[in-house]
Amino acid sequence: MTAARTRVVVTGLGATTPVGGDVATTWESFLAGRSGVRLLTEDWAAQLPVRIAARVAVEPAEVLPRVQARRLDRSGQFAMIAAREAWSDAGFEGLAPDNGIDPDRLGVVCASGIGGVTTLLSGYDELLKSGPRRVSPLAIPMLMPNSPAANVGIDVGAQAGVHTPVSACASGAEGLAYGLDMIRSGRADIVVAGGTEAAIHPLPMAAFANMMALSKRNDEPERASRPYDKGRDGFVLGEGAGLVVLESAEHAQARGARVYAELAGAGMSADSHHIAQPDPSGAGAVKAMRFALADADLDTSDVTHLNAHATSTPAGDLAEAIAIRTAFGDDTGQVAVTSTKSMTGHLLGGAGAVESIAAILALHHRVAPPTINVDDLDDEVDLDVISGQPRALGDGPLAALNNSFGFGGHNVALAFRSV
Amino acid sequence: MASTEEIRSDLADIVNEVAGVPAADVQLDKSFTDDLGMDSLGMVEVVVAAEEKFGVKIPDDQVKNLATVGDAVAFIERAGA
Repeated sequence: MTAARTRVVVTGLGATTPVGGDVATTWESFLAGRSGVRLLTEDWAAQLPVRIAARVAVEPAEVLPRVQARRLDRSGQFAMIAAREAWSDAGFEGLAPDNGIDPDRLGVVCASGIGGVTTLLSGYDELLKSGPRRVSPLAIPMLMPNSPAANVGIDVGAQAGVHTPVSACASGAEGLAYGLDMIRSGRADIVVAGGTEAAIHPLPMAAFANMMALSKRNDEPERASRPYDKGRDGFVLGEGAGLVVLESAEHAQARGARVYAELAGAGMSADSHHIAQPDPSGAGAVKAMRFALADADLDTSDVTHLNAHATSTPAGDLAEAIAIRTAFGDDTGQVAVTSTKSMTGHLLGGAGAVESIAAILALHHRVAPPTINVDDLDDEVDLDVISGQPRALGDGPLAALNNSFGFGGHNVALAFRSV
Repeated sequence: MASTEEIRSDLADIVNEVAGVPAADVQLDKSFTDDLGMDSLGMVEVVVAAEEKFGVKIPDDQVKNLATVGDAVAFIERAGA
């Protein structure tokens, strides 16, 4: 055990999701088993084979000043909203120096799966309609995938470094892993870390639908995202952002910060299998979980909760379930597993971050949210899936894992400990 | 052709739309960058919107000469004449 290594804790949370415009509402929705999936009402949706998605519960225009919002892609708007909540939640206001923080000791990591795709596509529409002169001079700063991270960095005064990991559906979790490394390696004392995505638009929806990746349960939107259920037929596209404030334990303690949980470890691997399908053996996922536990100095018997990646695809949910059983062995039965994607849909680059927040709050409040829509648990999923009601996690020290796996075979597992 | 004040007022609405500056602050003697806090990207947006609104062409190499609101109004008046 590397006793001298910097411990990293979570001192702030921020999110805008399909089930709440902030963390408190999102968490309350998770416990209540509320779905954020709806039928899309836009004209363009009518001609698509998949007409359901999970839009954020609170539109950015309702909470962001107009002049700021117009310079941000929708994914950047989500990131700013979540970042501001997290920053304030950590007890800060304004720029780093106003809070006695050295800008060179503050970093930002905000992941993105696909960057400012809606800005790119609507910019092209404008080009075709009105010619090159009408392409916005802001288009590039808005659509570049690092834009949310950079804008957050400007907002908080971060100069240690501003980064944007990209690993499809694992991006948000990779964001937290990168932030963990920044602090452990001594590059920063505080890192605002997470991920964002806003890709609900006919092109990505048609593309995902044509990959047979999306649920076609258009007539029952709230029941479409059903991880682990026998009737699952694909994921539901969601949007939103999650950002947390990671801080060295020493720095947090010195300023008397409220600590939610410890980000104790991260584990990563790559499948080297297929550009969109998971390795059915789950070997890469097993490695990521084992590395995360080892990095966190945890045994499988220490873990009582796991927020699964489980997106509601027939193949993916099963591959992960097998991986969890392989990684945990005889201890599998005492891990209460949930997939909050059953409620939020799949937030792509934002998923790993929002789901980390769910895992963090599960440890902080000592209760884990249920997986909704598990009407008929798949027999091949040999896990203790929390369904129906939230699950109390018991007394004593707690530990939880959060899994995120991305198209391309990117596996990230994050290990959290209660404090 | 519209009056100087009409042009200033319409231009002020554009500046407000692009940069959030209160229209009443967009007076003839004000510098876009120093007084109204606009950056170069915002200036391009204002120029393109003004071209559309007033039916004039404002070449890119002329934009740097439009330091104040008054400069821009005068240019639009001349271009529309």
